[in-house]
Parts: sequence; C-alpha cells; structure tokens
Amino acid sequence: MDPKNIENMRTPLARAIGLGSAKEGVGAWWAERVSAIALVPLTLWFAASIIAHTGSDYATFIIWLRTPLAAILMILLLIAAFYHTVLGLQVVIEDYVHSQAKFATMIAVRLGCCALATSGVVAILRIALSS
Amino acid sequence: MTPSPTTTRPRPLSPNVQIYRPQLTSVLSILNRMTGIILSACAVVLVIWLVAAAWGPQTYAAVQGAVASWVGRIVLFGATFAFFLHLCGGIRHLVWDTVHGFELRSIYVSGWAVVAASVVLTVAAWVAGALMAG
Repeated sequence: MDPKNIENMRTPLARAIGLGSAKEGVGAWWAERVSAIALVPLTLWFAASIIAHTGSDYATFIIWLRTPLAAILMILLLIAAFYHTVLGLQVVIEDYVHSQAKFATMIAVRLGCCALATSGVVAILRIALSS
Repeated sequence: MTPSPTTTRPRPLSPNVQIYRPQLTSVLSILNRMTGIILSACAVVLVIWLVAAAWGPQTYAAVQGAVASWVGRIVLFGATFAFFLHLCGGIRHLVWDTVHGFELRSIYVSGWAVVAASVVLTVAAWVAGALMAG
C-alpha cells in the first residue's frame, strides 16, 4: 500500500495526539492562576500591615513579625510571590529571549527566585524563632 | 535550477505594536506585563528589607532610611501603583478565565474600572500611610 494512503487511514485524533505545543502548558496555566488567587488576600494583608506600621520603630516592627500569624502569612506570601514571579517571568522570557540565551536566562531566574525566597523565609524564621 | 523565491524575497512581516494606535485594551495588556516585571524587582527589595530586619537594628535603619528618602518614596509610590494595577488587572484576567466579560462593552467597562480602582487604591494607601505616620 502507498504510505500516503496509510496516513489517510489514520483518524484525525491519532494524527493530532502528540502534536502541538500544549503538553505541560495546562499545569503552568493552573499554577499561575492558583498562585494569583493566593496572592490576592496575602498581598492585601501585607499592604494593610505595612500601612499600619508606617512610622513604627524597629522594635515595634519586630514584635509584629514575631506573632505567629504575621510570620506564617509572610512566609506564605514569599512562597506564593516568588512562585508566581517564576511563572510570569518564564512567559516574558519565552516571548523575548531566544536561542541558548533563553535556556540560560530561565535557569538564572529559577535559581535566583529560589535563593531569594529561601533567604526571605530564613530571615523571617530568624526573627520569629530567636529568643 | 532557479533559487526558491522564498530565499531571495524578504518574508512578509505581520504588523506589530508600533503600527497600531494604542487602545485601552492593548495598553492595559502591556502594562500588566510591565507591572509584573516591576513587581519582580519589588520582591527582591522585600527580601532585602526582611534580611536587613533579621540582621539587626543598624542594617534595618539603613534600608528604612533609603526607603524614607525622597527618591525612595517616589519609587515606593510607583511600586504601589504598579501593585494595584497588576492586582486589579489580574482579577480582571481571573474573571476572563471563567469565560465572562468578553463583550466589547464589558472589556472597556472592566478596563476603565481597573484604571480607576488602581488610582483610588494607590491614593487611599498613601493617605492611610500618612495618617498612620501622624
């Protein structure tokens, strides 16, 4: 049989499976939305807390950050914010950076965000748990 | 053999952003991306600020001094507006994800609502901050 005819006998679904760009895109799409929803209350709480502490001295600010609620929400804010940042910057990089630079930039952004989020979390834990 | 016409003739290019007249829809789309990049930088400042607080009163005072300077305040005001624009624009996107508000009228109503809410929230945040500072 002519190979062209064999190709014609395949169903449209069989030809479409495995093609196209959408392989792991759905996961990234959902992760961006879920982190965005988490960031709505977290960032509003953060903004309100910062406004409430305008003009506060170091001691007052530290006392606030040592309360369990503030420490927990601050850590959650850092994790959600940097997770959302990685996903957002990935889209920007994919659009404007090409060739090998794209791969290198993406790795740098991911490692940088991991390092920053970890640094922030450790800083909060040091403040919250130090006696 | 004659060369393929595609290799000798320049390929046609589709019109890009510099061709079109800016509209509310396109400007807000670009601003959502730009504010996202600005907020990434703000997240770095947030970590510097927290690490400074963990380091001790002197380091914290140095960072706090930079934020309280005139340049710091202008940057912080811009960051506040970028935050509210990205927040309101993000909520608009989440509504779109539920397949609602795609009619031309709805898109313009929600677009102007995002602009108005961002301005009002930015001013309200700074007025509240000024009142707290006394």
